[in-house]
Amino acid sequence: MLAFIARRLFQSVIVMLAVAFIAFMVFRYVGDPVSSMLGQDSTLADHAALRERLGLNEPFYIQFFSFVGNALQGQFGISYRLQQPVSQLIMERLPATIELAFASASIALVLGVVLGIYTALRPRAFSTGVIMTASLIGVSLPTFLIGIGLIYVFAVELKVLPSFGRGEVVDLGWWRTGFLTESGLRSIILPAITLSLFQLTLIMRLVRAEMLEVLRTDYIRFAKARGLSQRAINFGHALKNTMVPVITITGLQLGSVIAFAIITETVFQWPGVGSLFVNSVAVVDVPVMAAYLVFVALVFVVINLIVDILYFIVDPRLRDGAKSGR
Amino acid sequence: MTEPVLSIKDLVVEFPFRNDVFRAVNGVSFDIMPGEVVGVVGESGAGKSMTGSAVIGLIEPPGHIASGEIRLKGERIDNLPEEAKAKLRGRRIGMVFQDPLTSLNPLYTIGEQLIETIRTHLPLSEAEARQKAIDLLTEAGIPKAAERMESYPHQFSGGMRQRVVIALAIAAEPELIIADEPTSALDVSVQAQIIKVLKKLCANHGAAVMLITHDMGVIAQTADRMVVMHQGTVVETGTVGDIIRRPQEPYTIKLINSIPTIQRQAGDVTPEEAANDDGAYVQVKHLVRDFEIGGGGFLKLLPGKVEMFRAVNDVSFAIEKGKTFGLVGESGSGKSTCAKMIVGLLRPSSGQITVDGHDIWAGGAGHKERRKRVQMIFQDPYASLNPRWRVADIVAEPMRTLGIARNRTEVDHRVAELLTRVRLDPSVMRKFPHEFSGGQRQRIAIARALSSQPEFIVCDEPTSALDVSVQAQVLDLMQELQDEFGLTYLLISHNLAVVRQMSSAVGVLHNGVLVEKGPTDAIFDNPQADYTKMLLDAVPDISRVA
Repeated sequence: MLAFIARRLFQSVIVMLAVAFIAFMVFRYVGDPVSSMLGQDSTLADHAALRERLGLNEPFYIQFFSFVGNALQGQFGISYRLQQPVSQLIMERLPATIELAFASASIALVLGVVLGIYTALRPRAFSTGVIMTASLIGVSLPTFLIGIGLIYVFAVELKVLPSFGRGEVVDLGWWRTGFLTESGLRSIILPAITLSLFQLTLIMRLVRAEMLEVLRTDYIRFAKARGLSQRAINFGHALKNTMVPVITITGLQLGSVIAFAIITETVFQWPGVGSLFVNSVAVVDVPVMAAYLVFVALVFVVINLIVDILYFIVDPRLRDGAKSGR
Repeated sequence: MTEPVLSIKDLVVEFPFRNDVFRAVNGVSFDIMPGEVVGVVGESGAGKSMTGSAVIGLIEPPGHIASGEIRLKGERIDNLPEEAKAKLRGRRIGMVFQDPLTSLNPLYTIGEQLIETIRTHLPLSEAEARQKAIDLLTEAGIPKAAERMESYPHQFSGGMRQRVVIALAIAAEPELIIADEPTSALDVSVQAQIIKVLKKLCANHGAAVMLITHDMGVIAQTADRMVVMHQGTVVETGTVGDIIRRPQEPYTIKLINSIPTIQRQAGDVTPEEAANDDGAYVQVKHLVRDFEIGGGGFLKLLPGKVEMFRAVNDVSFAIEKGKTFGLVGESGSGKSTCAKMIVGLLRPSSGQITVDGHDIWAGGAGHKERRKRVQMIFQDPYASLNPRWRVADIVAEPMRTLGIARNRTEVDHRVAELLTRVRLDPSVMRKFPHEFSGGQRQRIAIARALSSQPEFIVCDEPTSALDVSVQAQVLDLMQELQDEFGLTYLLISHNLAVVRQMSSAVGVLHNGVLVEKGPTDAIFDNPQADYTKMLLDAVPDISRVA
């Protein structure tokens, strides 16, 4: 088990280094940072001085090492656009994104798993047909359309929920949360639903497909032949086996909820990391883009690691497999 | 006269399709008395498993019982509502399935599964149920049962798992156990033990047994009476001895005649004295194959950390041209690894294999010779044919890759000829594999193997996926082709009877070591190695019926 985790950690470090390298290359080659920082009416001497100060005259690999070294300390330089440290910008906006991701992931997971089980256990019911058809719509509608539709219905026509922003936030010192005020909670409803809809339908369809598969296996037939109760079979034996493959996909999907909430954040003007990224792309704010790239990679690497560890906990066959090195 | 435990009367099970109704079971009637073991025998599709599913109420929809009745101790159970049926399952009727590898939930320990089952049916506390579970496992022959309660199914071998399955089936003291092919997925020696365990447990707990199997040998050894089924109907019912020695119906006679036996029969290959090994057509010398286990990943970089498992250990034998050498062994004995090395799919760790004087692992000319002269027939005719290719392309592929025939008409002509030789109609070449039965597919696989005009064919369990009567046909075909073309076979099988019927010489593999080799009769009639004796004793054989 420990050897396995050590190996995965090592692989994660390699992935992070590769991403850092790509981020660094973007930083270096997308436009000239010096001219975009100094503006047009600067002298060549100013350019040279700034170049020296930023270390741009150093050899390529030394620049990369100092980039990685800075990144390890959370330093990604100064945003061109906002003239603030990038790490500070991201830390300010991270709580908003994480709260949104948390809310929508909870909706997606709970509803997705419940509906998936329901539709798998009643494959021929009318309600299953309705849910499955509705889920097709959820999969095929683009996020921005759902967002705009929800805003139109609940904010513009019914005027029951706010259409943009986080509402009031409470500053806990290191974290600004919208969960503690009424307006904050009301504000998160629409974006969270928008963001969760695709994941919800995906998880639901996945759970259903896996569960149907598992219900056909011999050990479920044998469990029935032993006279176990329907509940014990469906929720004990079948569900646990269903969860093994579902964990992987769900993990990756949650990663993309955190990392790619961009569209939802833009539609609802949610002050998170995604909208920071979109605004930065518009003005080629390279340090922010590089930092965002590294951040997204980190999210995925961490989630993958958690998924692998969860696998170990759920599936005893893997525990032995790791012992024999396979 | 005592009341039968199970009484089936005119049972009909139907599967409605769009335009048609398929009758899987058509008017089956028989009784099982208390404590009796009744064997239900038949080939695939005979409806024997479906009868078992009907009794326990687990027919997969859309299948359903259309008419007839099933009575358990006189009480009618086929028309009970689903909840009442669920109460019977496990409590009054237990079931054992064929494949022990898939019938246990892989994510729960066997202790959890046993305790759950016991507590579902019996009013016991957790601790009492646990004690009962341990007792059951011990009774089923699992050593150190108390410690193994915390083990997961994958930590047991196939035979051990089947013991657990039997313990689970009998856990709530049911009156009837339905055992659906309980030993078909197991090795011969394990098979014998499992039959013993099943019989013993059922006798101890007073349960009657409905033993469903295609293997007449198992029934001969186990059952008191038997029911022969064919295409959904009962052909013949009677005591085991009566039916095996004096079968009445033509189908039963045909079925019994097609069963190969390990006793010598007229018409078997006459073994000849093995000539000196040096002149033999195929020679295998000191073959060794190691596999790395453990210490994968980083540990590989450290010296001395890699554990080796020797799958094949110093195996040597020789095959005369035009003869068949049978390689016998249980799963894990290394017989398939041998086959893979001989056909060139797996590189030997050391040792030499020569076919007609060419070292097939020498590369260059030897490699090319091997591809032409050595072909293979695989066990599973369902998996070994590409489902998206037409038969013509499957059979023609070796010709095309080896450049034996290039233009279309010539290829088609040869394919037609090959199909005729394996007794298939040449017009089938436009069809896809799924349109054929198992036996027909194996013929296609044989046609493909013959397509490169080989002299030596390695047959890895060529008939173990087939029904007995089909098996007999395929074996006959192989024999005829051998006579016709002078083919040399290496026949790998766990089925001793098949090997006896086909081979002139036999080698017995055990844990990668060739424990015994020699002419077939010598080995079968006068085995020297302990392992061979044990193997021969374990074979359920119908000729042993008293």
